Amino acid sequence: MQLKKSVTTVGVMMSASLLLAACGGSSDSASSTPTDAFSAATATSAADFGGLAELEAACKAEGKLNVIALPPDWANYGEIIDGFATKYGIAIDSAIPDGSSQDEIDAANNLAGTDRAPDVFDLGQSVAMANTSMFAAYKVESWDGIDPTFKDANGLWVNDYGGFMAIGYDANVVPAITSLDDLLKPEFAGKVALNGDPTASGSGLNGVFMASVAKGGSLDDIGPGIDYFASLKEAGSLLPVDPSPATIESGQTPVVFDWDYLQAGQVAGLAEKGIDWKIFVPEGAVVGGYYFQAINADAPNPSCARLWQEYLYSADGSNGWLRGGARPVLADKLVADGTIDAEAFSALPPVTGSPQIASVDQTAAANELLTTRWATEVGAIE
Amino acid sequence: MLSSSELNVTGPASSGASYAFAKKLRRSLLPYLGVLPFIALVTIFLFWPTITVISGAFYNPDGTFGLGTINQVLVEPSYVDAFKRSIQLSLVTALIGAFFGGLLAWAVATSKRDGISRRFILAASGVFAQFGGVMLAFAFLATFGFNGMLTVFILENFGESFLTQPTWLYGMVGLTLVYTFFQIPLMMIVFLPAVENLKPQWREASNGLGGTTGEYWKNIGMPILIPSFTGALLLLFANAFSAYATAVALISQGSPLVPLQISKAISGEVARSNPALSKTLALGMIIIVAVVMSLYVLMQRRVAKWTR
Repeated sequence: MQLKKSVTTVGVMMSASLLLAACGGSSDSASSTPTDAFSAATATSAADFGGLAELEAACKAEGKLNVIALPPDWANYGEIIDGFATKYGIAIDSAIPDGSSQDEIDAANNLAGTDRAPDVFDLGQSVAMANTSMFAAYKVESWDGIDPTFKDANGLWVNDYGGFMAIGYDANVVPAITSLDDLLKPEFAGKVALNGDPTASGSGLNGVFMASVAKGGSLDDIGPGIDYFASLKEAGSLLPVDPSPATIESGQTPVVFDWDYLQAGQVAGLAEKGIDWKIFVPEGAVVGGYYFQAINADAPNPSCARLWQEYLYSADGSNGWLRGGARPVLADKLVADGTIDAEAFSALPPVTGSPQIASVDQTAAANELLTTRWATEVGAIE
Repeated sequence: MLSSSELNVTGPASSGASYAFAKKLRRSLLPYLGVLPFIALVTIFLFWPTITVISGAFYNPDGTFGLGTINQVLVEPSYVDAFKRSIQLSLVTALIGAFFGGLLAWAVATSKRDGISRRFILAASGVFAQFGGVMLAFAFLATFGFNGMLTVFILENFGESFLTQPTWLYGMVGLTLVYTFFQIPLMMIVFLPAVENLKPQWREASNGLGGTTGEYWKNIGMPILIPSFTGALLLLFANAFSAYATAVALISQGSPLVPLQISKAISGEVARSNPALSKTLALGMIIIVAVVMSLYVLMQRRVAKWTR
């Protein structure tokens, strides 16, 4: 452990000194030979490369992009990855598609300095906020179109896509859901699942947040949400099973608390199998969650990492997320530009009420309460 | 100090002796060369991770050196309960698996050598011993779960019964049942060679000398089988103790078992990952397996006395 830590420290120091060297070089020789001193690893915009065309050329020279923990069926990443590879002719190495956010950071640390290290991250909030020192600042061309609440002022990270916590259900199996209290009825016995343990999973946590907001609590007070799930368990509605497309398809989890964008991506496929999957967001309990996009400061392919960002925050990439049912952070700009995929945009579940997003502090406070209460009141098994 | 003349005299003789010694040394070391890859493998994949886990456990949650995390694991009910459940589950499924798997092995050993049922059971055991994880949990869910095939069928044709209220599946009973599904065939595979080693001649000799069936088992069969049986039991215990994917597919809330708690500590998305906690939990598992192994060795020594 100690050894690993010191190795990491050395690695960070080395990369820091490299960075310093690169910066020093550019300021020393800026007047004479700017191209020699230019380093893609410190470029903060496409303009630093001389424009998008030069960025593309620099990426083609690198020839490869390493992405990590991007499941092909998650927010439509399969299509987005193919789209990028086809558009630029760049090979994409997609490592551990089903990995977690922490796996991404661990991989960046363990593989630092090798050509297998991830170039870009797509992280959940807590992991992103805890590791901002590993990110390289970069502002995409469409930077100004992104709402300031969804980006770091220096460009270290930008929210990419997200959505709202929703209850999805098979309308052929259970009656229409109009409020959270419906789930306490006997018709829902052994039918309701929450996507993940809220003490470990972001979707699970936000499911409890949503229930809390709907039941008179707030993002600062998750207690009513825990009470609600305890009553669900008491009523016999709650299943401890981890819902997946397979459990939904086979009818094991006919009611699921999960992000609307993850469910929306499955609706068409489920319809083909005769499952009428409906998505319900309780009125006034619109709890949102957005993912965080960032560039690895130690990216082995720094130009491709930046070109990937440009692609994601263009109409091509953002409409890709949208077709996966996720709300791209650029949605408003795409609507204004007239470049949005209108059909996909109208397919998003309707939402009434203003969205709320839990802050890092609110998440930490909620996690503290959940750690003491969840396992005993909701997670306990006989 | 040796004089030059002495050196001249002793020189050739001593070099001859050292040459012979080197040759002898080489000859005696040579066989060990073949073990080197094994030692390297064990070092990289067993000793090194174990040392990392043990040394990593002695850190406080804030990253400083100390006993804070170990103390936390010993005190907080969720970790203590996880250890209790893991031990209970492993022990119960190991005993059930050993009993039924042992009977099955005995049945197979006494069956016709090239019989179709023997070949079928052997092949099926090989498959089912490895049939764990998400597939297995899913198979049980889809059959016995609240919305499972059998549950729905019984509800539609026979009405309410304990099978139509399968809350048991999502708790310790369910885990025990599901784990038993891979424990029995594993026992069958590892225990069969021992049962097959019981030579029919021993039985004949015992009978010829007037021994009864009970005496044969008490004095011959059991003493020979018990070391292999306890060894297999230990293997089954460790097998269930470290199983992860099956449990997580069945029960994702509350992380009731130690492997699930370790996973939560490493890769949770909500709180920052806590490597010290995961290593402390892993250390706890190592200690428990070490205790079980020591008991096994002690017992082995007792029961195997007659072989020495």
